[in-house]
Amino acid sequence: MLSVRNLIDTTSLTADDITQILDTARSFAEVNSRAIKKVPALRGRTIVNLFLEPSTRTRSSFELAEKRLSADSLNMSGSTSSVVKGESLADTIQTISAMNVDMFVCRARLAGTPYLITQNTDAVVINAGDGKHQHPTQALLDLYTIRQNFGHLDGLKVAIVGDLDHSRVVGSLAPALKTMGAEVIFVGPPTFQVSDPSWYGVQQTSDLDSVLPEVDVVYMLRVQLERMEGAVIPSKREYNRLYGLDERRSKLMRPDAIVCHPGPMNRGMEINTEVADGPRARILNQVNAGVAVRMAAMYLLLGGENYGISA
Amino acid sequence: MAFLLKGAHVVDPQVGLDGVCDVLIEGKKIAQVAPSIEAGDAQVVDGAGKYLVPGLFDMHVHFRDPGYEYKETIYTGARSATKGGFSDVATMPNTNPVTDSGTGVRYQIDRARHANLVYVHPIGALTKGEKGEELAEIGDMLVEGACAFSDDGHGVQSAGMMRTCMEYVSQFDRAVLAHCEVESLTTHGVVNEGRASTRLGMFGWPALGEELEIVRDIELARLTGCQFHVCHISTARGLDIIRRAKAEGLPVTCEVTPHHLFLTEENITESYNTNLKMNPPLRTAADAAALREGICDGSIDCVVTDHAPHAAHEKECEFEIAAFGTIGLETSLPLMLTNLVNKGKMSWDTLVRTMAINPRHILHLDPVKVEAGSSANLTLIDPNRKIKVTPDFIESKSKNSAFMGMTLTGCATDVFVEGKHTLVDGVVA
Repeated sequence: MLSVRNLIDTTSLTADDITQILDTARSFAEVNSRAIKKVPALRGRTIVNLFLEPSTRTRSSFELAEKRLSADSLNMSGSTSSVVKGESLADTIQTISAMNVDMFVCRARLAGTPYLITQNTDAVVINAGDGKHQHPTQALLDLYTIRQNFGHLDGLKVAIVGDLDHSRVVGSLAPALKTMGAEVIFVGPPTFQVSDPSWYGVQQTSDLDSVLPEVDVVYMLRVQLERMEGAVIPSKREYNRLYGLDERRSKLMRPDAIVCHPGPMNRGMEINTEVADGPRARILNQVNAGVAVRMAAMYLLLGGENYGISA
Repeated sequence: MAFLLKGAHVVDPQVGLDGVCDVLIEGKKIAQVAPSIEAGDAQVVDGAGKYLVPGLFDMHVHFRDPGYEYKETIYTGARSATKGGFSDVATMPNTNPVTDSGTGVRYQIDRARHANLVYVHPIGALTKGEKGEELAEIGDMLVEGACAFSDDGHGVQSAGMMRTCMEYVSQFDRAVLAHCEVESLTTHGVVNEGRASTRLGMFGWPALGEELEIVRDIELARLTGCQFHVCHISTARGLDIIRRAKAEGLPVTCEVTPHHLFLTEENITESYNTNLKMNPPLRTAADAAALREGICDGSIDCVVTDHAPHAAHEKECEFEIAAFGTIGLETSLPLMLTNLVNKGKMSWDTLVRTMAINPRHILHLDPVKVEAGSSANLTLIDPNRKIKVTPDFIESKSKNSAFMGMTLTGCATDVFVEGKHTLVDGVVA
């Protein structure tokens, strides 16, 4: 049993919660490797994917996870929901809840939306990313990938590099890593740094080259190119030169250090092809882990009885 | 109609009163103040155990009328003010249409007269439509009864336009009131920049966004000689800047709200309570402590509520798109009593200065004194009566109080406005 009823943020999760989810995900990863990738664990359960902001990969990952758990799912997006017709979120949630659904998976442009949903439904809520606040399942799949690689999380040193202040990934990943005993350092241009790194208990620097030899994991964040260029960084070219992970920088890293990225990548900006497709990259492992971790989270939050899972 | 307020502890530093005495009201005026007065035909109001002070004045409220009557009207706003113990309020001009003409000023005064509760002193806009582009008809508004001028809701972004506004107003012997915010610094900010914005994952509203414009406007006041009043200061540094300007003898004053005195960014939790979203935002505990020190030592001239009513649907939504502001008229005095006066951190003398005397002085209105011949605007306060802040307790049309659910000690029980008994033992007449 998890200590939380909903999965809204990683700051509410205990180390035991995280370990439970990662261990359960390992069983589901095994399911995902079979020819018949389906278990009846959530048969008869209804899950609503409420994506108020466009998303391709997170949504696909959740949908596959739901299908493989045999849940019935309903997809609602920002453009098809009544949210755009001027209906309040509370009304939307109450309306859908009245149809007896078991879970909401919510992606939203605005921070705090998943909490607001919990106030308007008895269904379980999973935050699939809210504004620049939190994205807990992303952090959990990252932890899964890192743990799978090193066999443990405690004592590892992780550099999170890039657009820290606008990233919901940071909001979830940094606290979760700290909870699991890893050390975290933030790297990025000052215009991308968070206002108060002490909230995370981390150091923050602009000097990527001096950090690279010190860490086990280099986690490159996606730069929201369309929103940033010219505003807080001068150009894609300059960003790549100062902060891009290229072959030269890759050589500064420890021999066994790995590279992660939440995707989608801007090749030639925060990461270059030779690294993205190179031996250090665990980027597709992250995507692969995503389905299993989301299956684990949904399964544990919706009761977690052992329906035909070989744990 | 005559009233005899008997046995209350009268506090009015303007006339050196700080002790128990009787006050006789006849018609619209105070007829007599003496140790003991015979009632005669006057209706007696027992003031034993209570404090009697000049009528409280909130010089920064939003009554939303005309244009946003679904949030508040002058009538419901007047009831809210009366419940809170106020005899007078000054209303900000961000109505719809913006109160930027004599007609708009006259409308508010007439509506308030009809409501017949508090005295409403409209504040006129500095620029047409509060757009910061062209001067509003400031002289026309003054003639119709505007008491001061402000583009409250946002700052006049162009330094050149603000200079023009101050130069123009300086001919009238009235104050310019400014919401200080450099919008290119605050952009999408909804919470204090720093710990709160990082923790909550929302855009930050930096303290500098306020402080930089305070500095600019103080320098414009120096240049133009215009009287300048800083609205709702929220940071320790902003207060220091104002202290230095005052020490130089510049015509600068400022105000603070109870929410910036008694709440901090830490009150905004992961439950994203939208009633804690205001502009300027709640700041750090250190800022709030500095502001409490400033209001107690006289560096801050007055307490105002920035009473900002919003309908439920404008607050029951995601924090980032919720409307800015909290109501405050019913809770302002109880908060000051509970947190400062009753704890001995603020004197009654200072309470009266900051909530009754100074606002009238800043706005160039006739002083109200507890002496014969003065207008009978009076507030009677029970420092021990407990109130619970509930939707039922609130008279405002909107219930968006940052203090909802709190139990507070001390409140107004009676208010007189030009001799009319508008609040009778805690009930609005």
